[in-house]
Parts: sequence; C-alpha cells; structure tokens
Amino acid sequence: MYSVNYHRASSVADAAKLIKKGDAKFLSGGMTLIPAMKTRLAAPSDLVDLNHIAELKGIKVSGKTVTIGAATTHYEVATDEKLKKVCPAIAELAGLIGDVAVRYRGTIGGSIANNDPAADYPAALMALDATVVTNKRQIPAEKFFKGLFETALKDDEIVTAVTFTAPPKAAYQKFPNPASRYAITGVFVTKGKDGVRVAVTGAGDNGVFRSKEIEAALAKKFDAAALDGVKVPSANMMTDMHASADYRANLVLVMAKRAVTAANAGA
Amino acid sequence: MSEVSLVVNGRRVSGVVEDRTLLVHFLREHLGLTGTHVGCDTSQCGACVVHVDGKAVKSCTMLAAQASGSTVVTIEGLADGADLHPVQAAFRENHALQCGFCTPGMIMASVDIINRHPDGLDEATVREELEGNICRCTGYHNIVKAVLAASKAMNKSKAKGKSASRAKQAA
Repeated sequence: MYSVNYHRASSVADAAKLIKKGDAKFLSGGMTLIPAMKTRLAAPSDLVDLNHIAELKGIKVSGKTVTIGAATTHYEVATDEKLKKVCPAIAELAGLIGDVAVRYRGTIGGSIANNDPAADYPAALMALDATVVTNKRQIPAEKFFKGLFETALKDDEIVTAVTFTAPPKAAYQKFPNPASRYAITGVFVTKGKDGVRVAVTGAGDNGVFRSKEIEAALAKKFDAAALDGVKVPSANMMTDMHASADYRANLVLVMAKRAVTAANAGA
Repeated sequence: MSEVSLVVNGRRVSGVVEDRTLLVHFLREHLGLTGTHVGCDTSQCGACVVHVDGKAVKSCTMLAAQASGSTVVTIEGLADGADLHPVQAAFRENHALQCGFCTPGMIMASVDIINRHPDGLDEATVREELEGNICRCTGYHNIVKAVLAASKAMNKSKAKGKSASRAKQAA
C-alpha cells in the first residue's frame, strides 16, 4: 500500500470538508477500498473515515417506509428484526454478502458508492425503486447507478442513507462465485402497487440493469411458469473466466424463476 | 503518522504508526503478538481474524488507525492464565489442527460464532459460518467437531452458572 493520510470524520459536514484534501477518498467499511489499496489499484493521498459518524448509522422502519443509514453494516441489515418483518428480502441479501467477518465491517453506503457490477445491493435498490440520499440531494436508484464502478455521485458527495417503501412481495436469488461470494448472476424481484420490477446484477456488461423481458412476462402473471420460454438476450451480458454471456443470460432466467417462487412463498 | 491507542487483551496500548499500517501488522510487529497470522493477505483466508469491539473481523483488511479507540482481543487474550479457553481446549481435544497456521483465526471466528448462537449449533451452521476461514490442510472435519464440542461445553457451563446463581438467590 502506498503512503496515505488517515482522517476520522466526526460529522457529515466535517467529512465534506476533509475530502477536499489532495486526492482524498471516503472510507466506509473498507472491505473493497483497503484491498484495492493493498494491491495499488487505488492510491488515494488521503482517507476520510465515515465509520464514526453517528448520523450515518442505523435502520428506521416506519410502517412500510425503510431508511437505512449509509454506515450501517451488512451484518446489521441481515439481522435487524424490524427490517426482517417488513422486507425480509433485503435482510437475506445482506446475509449473502462475503462472509461474516466482511459483513461485520462492510456497509450499504460503501457498497453502492463503489457500484461493483457483481455487488448485491445495486439489484435490491433498483428493484425496490429506492432513493439514495446524499448530503446534497436525493437520487432515484435508477439514476444513481451508471455503469461499471460509476455512480451519479460527485467527488465531494456523501451517501447518507438509502430509503424505500417495502413492497408486498420481494425476493433475491443469486448464483454466487464459490470463492468470492460475489454474484455471477443475482436477480431481485419485487411486486408492488406500481407493478413488477426485476433487477439483475453480476450479469450485465454495464452493471446492474432491469430486465424488461422478465418484467413484461411477470406483469401478466407473477409466477415462475410465466417465465417459461422467455428469451433473455445475451448481447449485453458479461463474459469472463467464470461464465459466458450465454450462460449468464440463462442464469438470469433461472434466478428470476427462483426469486419469483421465493417471493410468492414469503408473502 | 497517526497516534493509535487501543485496548488489546485487556491492556491499554498506544503507538505512533504510519497511517497505512494494517491492524494485523500493528499487532504482530509493534506489540509482538504474533499469534495472529497473515495468510492470504486478501481478506479471504481468515488466518488474521481478531475481535474488534466484540466482532470477529479480518485484521489484514483494517488499518490500525481505523481501530484506534477500540477494544481488541487476539488469540493470546483468550486463555485464562494456564487454563485454555473452552474453544482452544476443544481444538486440542479434537485434534482440530494439523499445521496450525489457520488455527488462531479459526478459534477467534469460532468464539464469535458460538457467542452468536447461545441456543447451540448444528454441523451445517458451523460449516456455513466458517466460510470465511480457510484451512490449507483441509482439516475441516475435526475443526467442525471442535466447534460443536466447545459450543456444548460453553452452554453447559453457562447453564451451570445460571442455576448456581439461581440457587444463590434461593438461598
């Protein structure tokens, strides 16, 4: 790791000031950034630690409205009793990230700001039609995620929370890489009053996306059988050492079927 | 440079370190606590697991500066003098180590798993929960047996403690 200056922010306002130093980066759980710095894929001059800012922590559930603070860990999301009642799908998703030591440190804000194309949360936020709250504005998830490791965030903008309305039906299914637990393909399905939303992570060559083909089929009937014969195009799927584009296109359909079945069973 | 100050195995320690110093290097090189191992150095193998504020985390993926102000327990801090911690004892009893390299991390992760499952554990849960720890000897079978045995032993002593305190109250 190259030399770096560490700063611990005491508030969001403090963090917004500290980030102006040199080529600074925000540090949350550090489960991606620290390994990236160790391999010198990232070499910020300064780190602004967001992990000790009380206002970024915690989960609020009010009726069906859920607000998750940006510095809330995957472990906290996976085990929060109120959240498990109103939206078990996102708690289950959090419990599938990495391993428990990673879940103790990694945060939802850090994960979405990084926008790894194989991360789990982007699919959840997109399917839940969530809003990303920053220290400057509110951004709909669909406008927040912008391709591989790219988001709508400005350099000095800090994710403070994620908020969404829990839908009556939701589920996430993923085909994990057996070593890293990242999604080779993950599909988050929701059915709410505004219809069916299906978001796919791990598969697209430009990050998380909504599958219009699957949404259209499920809008007619919210059942795994409705997906028989649906064609998911492989043109914009990723090919790498783990899976080909065709294989991923098929996995999208298989994971979507499992997710719909799980969503119906959970309701 | 950062001044870090934390409580390690019940002892208040501090030091001035480069900001890029990883927690595992602070423990090993500054404090001489070499029981915590660096295995893969990529947050996958779990040989470096220590408890930070009661949670089992990978100390190769955390800066010492991030941990400043925290309470850390390493493998050296588990035993009570000459008496091994029940998880350490169970690992010895069940021959749950071959080369021993992964053992400190396995034990620290196992203590955390047992703490989070006060109602006991089954084999499938232990195997799933240990997914973040890799044994290069592939000696998982006896490790899982040891964790199950330790879980039983710890629950039993807890139950005894409870009934003893109940008896005391009754008396």
